[in-house]
Amino acid sequence: MSAEPQQLLAPDGTLHGDLPLPLGEISRLYRAMVVARVFDGKCSAMQRQGRLATYAPYEGQEAAQIGAASALEASDWLVASYRDAAAMALRGYPWSNLILGRTGDERGGHAPEGVRVLPPSITVGGHMIHAVGIAWAERLKGTDAVALTMFGDGATSEGDFHEAMNFAAVFATPTVFFCQNNGWAISLPTSRQTAAETIADKAVGYGMTGLVVDGNDVLAVHEAVRRAVSTARAGEGPTLIEALTYRIGPHTTTDDPGRYRDPAEVESWRERDPLRRVRRFLETQGAWDEDAQAAAEHDAGLEAEAAVAAAEMVAALDGDEIFSAMYAVPTIHLEEQRARLRRDGR
Amino acid sequence: MAELSYRDAVAAGIAQEMRRDPRLVMLGEDIAGAGGVFKTTVGLLDEFGADRVRDTPISEQAILGAAMGAAMTGIPVIAEIMFSDFLAVCFDLLANEMAKASYMTAGQVTVPVVVRTANGGGSRFGAQHSQSVENWTMMIPGLKVVAPSTPADVIGLMAAAIRDPDPVVFFEHKSLFAVKGEVPDAEHVDRLGTAVVRRPGTDCTIAALALMVPRALEAAERLAADGIDAEVIDVRSLVPLDTSTILGSVAKTGRLFTVEENPRLCGWGAEVASIVADEAFWDLDGPVVRITTPHVPLPAAEALEDLAIPSVDRIAATVAGSLG
Ligand SMILES: Cc1ncc(C[n+]2csc(CCOP(=O)(O)OP(=O)(O)O)c2C)c(N)n1
Repeated sequence: MSAEPQQLLAPDGTLHGDLPLPLGEISRLYRAMVVARVFDGKCSAMQRQGRLATYAPYEGQEAAQIGAASALEASDWLVASYRDAAAMALRGYPWSNLILGRTGDERGGHAPEGVRVLPPSITVGGHMIHAVGIAWAERLKGTDAVALTMFGDGATSEGDFHEAMNFAAVFATPTVFFCQNNGWAISLPTSRQTAAETIADKAVGYGMTGLVVDGNDVLAVHEAVRRAVSTARAGEGPTLIEALTYRIGPHTTTDDPGRYRDPAEVESWRERDPLRRVRRFLETQGAWDEDAQAAAEHDAGLEAEAAVAAAEMVAALDGDEIFSAMYAVPTIHLEEQRARLRRDGR
Repeated sequence: MAELSYRDAVAAGIAQEMRRDPRLVMLGEDIAGAGGVFKTTVGLLDEFGADRVRDTPISEQAILGAAMGAAMTGIPVIAEIMFSDFLAVCFDLLANEMAKASYMTAGQVTVPVVVRTANGGGSRFGAQHSQSVENWTMMIPGLKVVAPSTPADVIGLMAAAIRDPDPVVFFEHKSLFAVKGEVPDAEHVDRLGTAVVRRPGTDCTIAALALMVPRALEAAERLAADGIDAEVIDVRSLVPLDTSTILGSVAKTGRLFTVEENPRLCGWGAEVASIVADEAFWDLDGPVVRITTPHVPLPAAEALEDLAIPSVDRIAATVAGSLG
């Protein structure tokens, strides 16, 4: 059943079809991609310096994440994973929280009031069903908010995927399933994750629409997600979108992809860099130039520095904090243990 | 005797058994081409081939379920769950299926599966990648549970677990992977259900498991400097549990301390304390004291994780304080 992936911007920056967004909006998306790339590099560097715990880089997936996140409204929800910082930040989850979380401080998982983004899911696949429950709840409350969940190709092998997809389709919840097929799940290529021709094909079995989009084309991703979101909002049920992209970096900063994949494959995907094609397009439209690029990179650098400073300014956690957020209503048993640890101090 | 790391002992133990039994197969996530995310299975794909050492999709239920299916036909299987935290993802297969197959078939069906999994804290991996969940499995009738603390035990207990006809959960401790120790050159097969006295002593008994064993031993050395002679028992196997070694030690020392990495409520030491209260009450000169992680998930932050898990300091001070 699989058709060619939907594409609006070719890798050389040529636009096929109508302009889906005003140029100013496209510049804004591109700027967000520049910011995302700067943060990704910054976090990998900080991990090497021992300032962050393990980090999962998303280089190469900026178009997928920014394209999808930008198609949501402020009242919509984002339920994403450990590799989705770019999408989360665009939805208002502060970079400083994301960095703080990676230093091992659980306060990074405490989002500002009103930001409808769950903390990154660490258990593969465990979060997809949350987006179904959230979307269902919004219906119960009578709102028209939508929940979008992001996950990798590997996550579709979990039983959770099946149950979440089925539930969403049967309940017709306003959920959008957004799979970033980045070619790899740690050391396993997608071809050994599933025997299906595409992940989008899996939608058929649930009675859901599935489609494949060029995940390195921010405009095509934005368009596909925007449509799926409006279908969901209209009460017409969930959609599965498979964005074809590539994990340029290691699985995490502790992984060595040299053990299992061909560097030539990585190079071939660098040729399809998601930032370059938007920039080329904007330049041909006269909407971008060297100066704009320099300014965007400069601003992104400042934003990253400020976020790091904010995260590193947060006072270190006190031992007592282990107990503070355990329950909304603390138990006596735990209070005794808190007292004991405080007394023993070790 | 050769020296091997705990990490390399995992592959060595598996290889020893795969050479011996050509039916034995293994499956799990990233275990073959990548040699395991903790590099515990390096070299097995090369030696035994892709049919016997198999990378799977990210499907923990299918890993355990397929292992059980194959095992019911008589093929022994080693199934890896990358982090023990994810036993929760496939708990039905573990708790309701594997554990009950023999019982529900009046002993006709056996499930020779070893579920290997990386357990425990110290790696700053946070609440969902650091847990010590040996007590989750200990409480399920029908499972056997092993948690070695030395490279030699990794090999010997691995072999024993593989040769055992029942499902065995085999906990490998993440913070012990780098630890080195002597291992026998010849084939090495140990026995499930046997504890080992790592340090003889007369004043008190300290029962510990996995990462807590080296910490208890270090604490015992410190206590010795203060004139307290502690006996340290490496429990090794929670099911079956070697109660006679523990009770024998308590009969000699009169005091028992358990050192547990699992969260406090219903940790394995609670069962040990209960058995000792039941069977050795009149041997005791004082209360059984449990030294545990508080009843919380493990923090990702270095300082807090170190505070939560029993440290050498905490063990030594608690023992000295209670005896003092
Ligand atoms: C339930 C569960 N099983 C295994 C893991 C270990 N693990 C972490 S990420 C990962 C690969 C996920 O691949 P994919 O879903 O394709 O996402 P990607 O990492 O490529 O973004 C695995 C196996 C986990 N975190 N949770």
